[in-house]
Amino acid sequence: MSAVLAAPATEVPAAQGAPFRVMPGFKLSLGFTLFYLALIVLIPLSAVFLKTFTLSWQGFWSAVTSERVLASYRLTFGASLIGASINAVFGFLVAWVLVRYQFPGKRIVDALVDLPFALPTAVAGITLTALYSANGWIGRYVEGQLGLKVAFTPLGVVVALTFIGLPFVVRTVQPVLEDAERELEEAAASLGASAWQTFTRVVFPTVLPSLMTGFALAFARATGEYGSVIFIAGNMPMVSEITPLFIITKLEQYDYAGATAIAVVMLVVSFIMLLSINLLQAWARGKSGK
Amino acid sequence: MSAPVPVPIRCGELPSAPEVMEPKWVRGVLLAVALLFLTLFLFVPLLSVFAEALKKGWDAYVAAIVEEDALSAIKLTLLTAAIAVPLNLVFGVAASWCIAKFEFRGKSVLLTLIDLPFSVSPVISGLIYVLLFGAQGWFGPWLQAHDIKILFAVPGIVLATIFVTFPFVARELIPLMQAQGNEEEEAALVLGASGWDTFRRVTLPNIKWGLLYGVILCNARAMGEFGAVSVVSGHIRGETNTMPLQVEILYNEYNFAAAFAVASLLALLALVTLALKTFIAWRLNEDVADEPRAEEL
Repeated sequence: MSAVLAAPATEVPAAQGAPFRVMPGFKLSLGFTLFYLALIVLIPLSAVFLKTFTLSWQGFWSAVTSERVLASYRLTFGASLIGASINAVFGFLVAWVLVRYQFPGKRIVDALVDLPFALPTAVAGITLTALYSANGWIGRYVEGQLGLKVAFTPLGVVVALTFIGLPFVVRTVQPVLEDAERELEEAAASLGASAWQTFTRVVFPTVLPSLMTGFALAFARATGEYGSVIFIAGNMPMVSEITPLFIITKLEQYDYAGATAIAVVMLVVSFIMLLSINLLQAWARGKSGK
Repeated sequence: MSAPVPVPIRCGELPSAPEVMEPKWVRGVLLAVALLFLTLFLFVPLLSVFAEALKKGWDAYVAAIVEEDALSAIKLTLLTAAIAVPLNLVFGVAASWCIAKFEFRGKSVLLTLIDLPFSVSPVISGLIYVLLFGAQGWFGPWLQAHDIKILFAVPGIVLATIFVTFPFVARELIPLMQAQGNEEEEAALVLGASGWDTFRRVTLPNIKWGLLYGVILCNARAMGEFGAVSVVSGHIRGETNTMPLQVEILYNEYNFAAAFAVASLLALLALVTLALKTFIAWRLNEDVADEPRAEEL
């Protein structure tokens, strides 16, 4: 890891004396950028990996595969997957409606889609809990009429993760739908395709890469989420305890090495997600010809 | 990754081609389902923050906000943002200057590394500072010997906040400056302006809306961060509680009205952020539309 991180620093000298002699401030700005990046991000993050080396392989393995932590992975990744899937369907629908239809209050709705980005996660957490608890505005009906307990169950985790992931799919799909060439759809229609055929064969393939990017972004965000989940989850070990919370539990027991080992697993997953998202974005760019 | 996807908000006028559109009833159903989903997941939660906050009346609401611990939480949140945002602003300008104005090897690696804090769980963002400055951490013993407190004190909170808000300004400015190119700066320099003057009088006016956009998002996250700050704060009432942490403590004490009162301030901040963001995105679109769009990435 640290070898990869050090790469740009060693490459800088080669870039000096490059053809951009008119513009000033290259060394100053790059030097400051690398210094600040190392100080704030790289050195602290490397501490996680170095700390793990204080564990033996067996110690590491048993820390990251204990039954309680396995249950937390299942919940974290399972609920993130469900949340991201819900957002893929409804986020696409919202993007579609915002781009193609006119309705009163559209600008306000459009602006409010970003609310989950702007609203602090703790606020989202207590609000969703109040709404979905047995006597809350929504919980009253869901629990009373349908007999479905949401707050303090894994279902509550899904609700919270759906909320925080909501803007990702909308904001990745929206610009692609806006740029989509309507002439192609008109051509398909004039050649006799039904509206459904036009959608599945012309529109959907264009949007698919951005839809998958949005899905991956929502999923990645959900796996690390903490603030909005812990209030609504109930946090029962083996049932509704997410992995980030388990890391905190370990820290509170002064089991730093154990907490760090689980953090490494989460970080590796995040880096894999980051890589896939970059690849998806490259694919999306290639598809839209930009 | 928790970052707002920087998408300029554009509404409205489309080349109309209604004859290929789906039947009217389908449109109605789709619109209704989309709005129902947004109502359940966005509008109702937003409304309920304020409804819960005002449940016990206006007086109780005001009392909860001017309460001593709440006020000190508000002060700490403002202080944290006042340190973290300017530092990340300076970094964002420096990073976008070298990345957008120059070519060098390893640039894409640098770009990925700048985005890294977004893909790290907030809890891990806090954990890394515990590993550095905690009693068992790298610098723990040295700090203890010199009686310097970072963890479970204000410096730790500020550091964790800087980490989670690190990419905001940079990732707004880099694409904007790349789209604008170097021509204007080069012209100023050739005409004899100094590097600093060129930056101040040519670059800065060009990027001011993008800069503001990044600063507003950075500030919203800095004031609202919960997970990372929760790990490093130590939860000392009146001392190391930021507003989101104060919300948590009040909530866990079953003091729901007070918790939602403080939360409503954060929700207001979110609404102001969204309003400013929408306005700036609109100005930004105009700025970018003015540009000849020489090289688009």
